Amino acid sequence: MKSIVCIKRVPDSEARIRIAGDGRSIDPSGVKHVMNPYDEVALEEALRLKEAAGEGSVTVVSVGPEASKEILRTALAMGADEAVLLQCAGSPDGLAIARALAAEIGGRERDLVLFGKQAIDDDNMQVPAMVAELLHLPCATVVVELEIADGHVVARREVEGGHEVIEFDLPAVVSAQKGLNEPRYPSLRGIMAAKKKPLEVKEVELRESKVEILSLEEPPARESGDVVGEGAEAVPELVRRLRERALL
Amino acid sequence: MPQGRVLAFAESRDGALRPVAREAVTAGRELAEALGSPVDAFLLGPPGIAREAAALGAYGADRIFVAENDAFVNYAPDASLRLCAEILGRETYSAIIFPASAQGKDLAPRAAAMLDRGLATEVTGLGAEDGVPVAVRPVYAGKAIARVTFTDLPALISVRPNVFRAEKRPGEGLVESVEVAPEPSSQRVKGIETGERETLDVSEATVVVSGGRGMKGPENWAVLEDLVDALGEHATLGASRAVVDAGWRPHGEQVGQTGKVVSPTLYFAIGISGAIQHLAGMRTAKTIVAINKDPDAPIFQIADLGIVGDLFEVVPALAAEIRRVHAES
Repeated sequence: MKSIVCIKRVPDSEARIRIAGDGRSIDPSGVKHVMNPYDEVALEEALRLKEAAGEGSVTVVSVGPEASKEILRTALAMGADEAVLLQCAGSPDGLAIARALAAEIGGRERDLVLFGKQAIDDDNMQVPAMVAELLHLPCATVVVELEIADGHVVARREVEGGHEVIEFDLPAVVSAQKGLNEPRYPSLRGIMAAKKKPLEVKEVELRESKVEILSLEEPPARESGDVVGEGAEAVPELVRRLRERALL
Repeated sequence: MPQGRVLAFAESRDGALRPVAREAVTAGRELAEALGSPVDAFLLGPPGIAREAAALGAYGADRIFVAENDAFVNYAPDASLRLCAEILGRETYSAIIFPASAQGKDLAPRAAAMLDRGLATEVTGLGAEDGVPVAVRPVYAGKAIARVTFTDLPALISVRPNVFRAEKRPGEGLVESVEVAPEPSSQRVKGIETGERETLDVSEATVVVSGGRGMKGPENWAVLEDLVDALGEHATLGASRAVVDAGWRPHGEQVGQTGKVVSPTLYFAIGISGAIQHLAGMRTAKTIVAINKDPDAPIFQIADLGIVGDLFEVVPALAAEIRRVHAES
């Protein structure tokens, strides 16, 4: 089983976001960056598939700045065999990223291309299905269960109120939702081994974005409201206030 | 740029329109008014769906393109793309609107790649400048708000559920049948498995009751289920990341930056202190109610209404009081 896992460097979910002076991007200073949490799930799935098959490879690919090497090293420490950084500047839109990934992945041998269901920074949630379409591969997004036997895939994807069952043959694209598995932590041995694994850096010129950011602002502040009281005695007053707002 | 029409994807499931279909048409209408152009809708479904489709006229669709086939009882991404391409071959469009639902979030990027156009997802506001759509969308799970525009038309846009409330207006839509083959397709959607009862998804419910670590254990959730029951059919359960990570609740219920971002009319945060990644996921709720024993919990800083107290006393009393006032009215 040969898998390619696409991963992204993002600000930690606990990070506070400040708008940069240009009013169109975020100020990265002092922000802790991590591997996108859903990408960890995708990588874990690829590692388990390789381990279960007893053969194959896991390649991790990231589009981003030089600092993305850190998360690629983390991926190698978790067990990936090789890493590729498609190095670029700026914050391209989903389609520009998908085209760069499709160009890289298209030339590689692979059974499965895995993604996290979305990156928690731009929340675009569009690159996996775009790459599938560009490479003319079948695709299941937001997958919580994956069964693969003899090149045939049965995937369960999260939809409103249940799981949608979708079937297709490899090669294919899958995007992972939390719950698919529990990602491992890199072991000390893994971290040592990662230093000897290949990490290739390729400078890429991304195509111009078709979605342009005009401005980035902080969300309107929510004023703190009223604590209507303490304990169960406050309940009638709470209900009265909710009815006043026509909410009950 | 040449002025075009607006096209909205009307999602169906099991032969019925989903509520987000009407929201997508309503959002399309809003944008069309800013652009000064008409709105069309397209949908796929099993034979008989055309009758349902006509109802979209009341939400502002001028023409409704319908493809009927027994195979379209389930989501059919490849056939949906073929129908979209067929319609785009007939008319000029400035924008295509999808719901940011499970189907829409899967289909819109495929369409964007097929058409080589930009896609803005989870949009919460729409307008136009010089004939080009401008979309407002939260990023970093709502910790920042972006205004975006498009270099090429049609602009592809998915709209967040519950934000563009479906709105009826006078007028009728013209239903037009279009032949679309279900094959070829590289993937086959077999159907949807639901649990014992199909629950309302946290991203689509208008009332959400979320529990956090203050619930103390998964065995205590009956307290919240009872409140959901008292609140009625539009209410559902949500959860904080802490309780999902602890395995108390399923991932599908998680609200926050690594869960779902929700915009219900009413949000109850119960036993949730209010970590920054949770607040990001629910801060656009219209009214937030917090129930927490810690008066200094950050959740009270953004809650509209709150009670400080033991949730195991407050929540049952709240369910009882809601049932009492409902019985009276």
